[in-house]
Amino acid sequence: MVDLHRKERWDASFLSTLGRFTALAVVFLFFAILVEGGKFYSPRNLENILRQSAVYATASLGMTMVIIAAGIDLSIGSIIALSLVTVAWILDYHYVAQTADGQTVTVYLVRQYPVLLPWMALLVGIAVGTIAGFVNGVTIVWLRLVPFIVTLGTMGIFRGLAKGLANEKDIYPHEDTWLTQLMDPTLTSQDVHWRMWILPPGVWILIAAAVFAAVLLRYTRLGRYMYAVGSNEETARLCGVPVGRVKVVTYTLAGFFGGLAGLMQFSFIGGIGQPTSAVAYELFVIAAVVIGGGSLMGGQGSILGSVIGALIITILYMGGQQMGWPKWVQEAVIGVIIIAAVVIDRLRQQKVT
Amino acid sequence: MVSPESSQMPKSSSTTIDRPTRLSMEGICKRFGATVALEDVHLEVRSGEVHALVGENGAGKSTLMRILSGATSPDRGSIRLDGRIFAPAHPLDARRHGIAMIYQELSLAPHLSVMENILLGMEPCRAGFIRWNQMRRRAQEALSELGLGDLPLESPVRALPPGLQQMVEIARALVTQAKVVVLDEPTSSLAQDDVAKLFRLVRRLRDRGLSVIYISHFLEEVKEISDRFTVLRDGHSVGTGLTAATPINQIVQMMVGREVTELYPRRARVRGEVILEVKTLSGSDKPKDVSLSLHRGEILGIAGLIGSGRTELLQAIFGLAPVRSGQIRVGSFHGWSDPGKRWRQGVGYVSEDRKREGLAVGLSISANITLPRLEHLGPLWFVLPKRERHAARHWIDTLGIKCERPTQPVWTLSGGNQQKVALSRLLYADVDVLILDEPTRGIDVGSKAQIYHLIAQAAEGSPEYGARPKAILMVSSYLPELLGLCDRIGVMYRGQLVACAPVDDWTEHKLMLAATGQNIGIVNQQ
Repeated sequence: MVDLHRKERWDASFLSTLGRFTALAVVFLFFAILVEGGKFYSPRNLENILRQSAVYATASLGMTMVIIAAGIDLSIGSIIALSLVTVAWILDYHYVAQTADGQTVTVYLVRQYPVLLPWMALLVGIAVGTIAGFVNGVTIVWLRLVPFIVTLGTMGIFRGLAKGLANEKDIYPHEDTWLTQLMDPTLTSQDVHWRMWILPPGVWILIAAAVFAAVLLRYTRLGRYMYAVGSNEETARLCGVPVGRVKVVTYTLAGFFGGLAGLMQFSFIGGIGQPTSAVAYELFVIAAVVIGGGSLMGGQGSILGSVIGALIITILYMGGQQMGWPKWVQEAVIGVIIIAAVVIDRLRQQKVT
Repeated sequence: MVSPESSQMPKSSSTTIDRPTRLSMEGICKRFGATVALEDVHLEVRSGEVHALVGENGAGKSTLMRILSGATSPDRGSIRLDGRIFAPAHPLDARRHGIAMIYQELSLAPHLSVMENILLGMEPCRAGFIRWNQMRRRAQEALSELGLGDLPLESPVRALPPGLQQMVEIARALVTQAKVVVLDEPTSSLAQDDVAKLFRLVRRLRDRGLSVIYISHFLEEVKEISDRFTVLRDGHSVGTGLTAATPINQIVQMMVGREVTELYPRRARVRGEVILEVKTLSGSDKPKDVSLSLHRGEILGIAGLIGSGRTELLQAIFGLAPVRSGQIRVGSFHGWSDPGKRWRQGVGYVSEDRKREGLAVGLSISANITLPRLEHLGPLWFVLPKRERHAARHWIDTLGIKCERPTQPVWTLSGGNQQKVALSRLLYADVDVLILDEPTRGIDVGSKAQIYHLIAQAAEGSPEYGARPKAILMVSSYLPELLGLCDRIGVMYRGQLVACAPVDDWTEHKLMLAATGQNIGIVNQQ
């Protein structure tokens, strides 16, 4: 029996994207009107919204894939912190040497290799995130454990490693490098050359990563397999999809994007290797994916949706701050929005049984 | 006593069984948006009768029952229960008034015990504490009444086979003092001997004066169990009558609105080379020591009771289940392979359980069809949605899958069309060996006929479905379908293939005997 509710549903991808853009516009307008003196839509503030949301959005790219494949990654906040501390640790790497006349001096590697070392830090930082994701995937597949449990465990493990590497203190690299500037404001900057970027380099990285992720999900076999595994694992297996391998790759990619987000977070907090950074980010990131249309049952979710979700969360967060709402109100409002988004989705997609 | 094409039926057939009317649904109309689901539907059920409700999928049976159970309300029309107007506000309300629904998908709490399930929601309590003795007694009473006194009260329901789980649900209906029990496709997951048990039970309910509404696609069953029947077609009630006085052909004609000819197409097939060969194959438990060979251009049927190891045999061949010993040869490939390799070797599989295993119902038709073979849909690792839709469109047209567009999710389709999607996956992947597990379970007569046609055509080979004839290995619990469609039939019993012979050597009776382990003098013939 076909009825109209059902008919609507399969045009849904366009409509739901439109719906999410509308929600984004409504939330933005709400604060744009209510925050005094038009401060909310000042270039400075807009830029801040982008800078803050870029971290969530980048991490949400991988989370979108994990959630589409019917998994969950609670360790993403810890992966961000681990990769961020790794970056800081490399940039800060130094040793004590003795000069010819018997004096001891501290040698900073960054002074010896001012170009090479930031690149090293970048690559190793992302690699560490990727490996962390791989560990998640392999543990889930080989030990046949539930993703929730595995990543709950690795959330603690990776955070612990980050703290251990940083010796439980914040790492302040000896010198600022271009890595530190990754998320610096551009349009509102005094520097003419820097203004040429239009958007902070980190935001450009996010855009490139989002395009990469969207193409991967929509136009490749791997993307198809992720949807298939998430929608019905048995069917996927029956159709010859290498389910285990797909899962490992999915979590590895989540780690990769987590590492990238760690790089951005490092710059965003001012180039400090703070091991307690990005605590509870997993919740924001999961919320962004869910607001963006991802279903924790798997098989559903989109990159564009998740990026919009990340923007909505950031706007709520920052708008609330600028309205002078107490922190508890902000937190409660974000909670309400998450539930409301899922309820609206459910109503729209209501299955007629 | 049949009045086809008439909506005024209650008058015409009320004299033969002289019992009071228990339930009457009159002039029921229901629309969903622009779609008319039910239009002026009449249903009259008496006390102490088994009333069959038949019709193709999408004819409106489920909607009618959803209205009866309070899950949705009619736009127009009225329901009377024992003469009083009955308008259930919600399912619980209907249950309190004595309407018990027993659905295809069992609605038991698998971890709770038999007695907890029977008395779920009405546990005898004192001050909030459950009175276990009383609970045990009442559950035992209900089960004894159904002749199931030996069922273990304390064991969790999930430990019982599906047939017995259903009995537990019926016992629950009894305890709730149900007046009308609705059985929706109760036998679709039962083997023949469980069906007999179920029928005994249904008769017991009837003899206690309950009204049973029996929904089934299996007209042989309808014929056997029901006293009267009502046919729905495209949302209209097109006729009602006494089951005993109406031949099956006539019921089918009312259901489809046309004469069904050639339900089982049979044309000469050319038996080619052996394409699948299994020697002394044993799995972890079942199958045991099974040998068979399958030729190109041949349909080999496997009969047997539930639990006889039929599905396990198919899964072992396809690589979904482990193999302990024995040999499998597919074309020139030897040994066990996982499903991914099997697809590439030219073997495809349709699962008996569409929703759980066969299809990703949340994904689109095109994604479901193309999943086993994405290689040709783009360069390198890419899959181009346009090519994917195009490929799917071809099979949607060829098989006549009723849908709006290839990107529509599969759950929006009717059961028959879903099954066509599952089958077109094999045709799309262009496999040589089609392994089909209960390919027509739970779908309507019209779709069944189409699927039989499709299977026969695949075996014969035609330019439309790939020029070469294919080989088909098919499991079914529905014996007429095996006898009508297959070239050879093998019977499994306790994990072993006990007899395999050309279809002409078999009758339904012999198949049943062999499936229950009787010696019938038919031995394995390759």
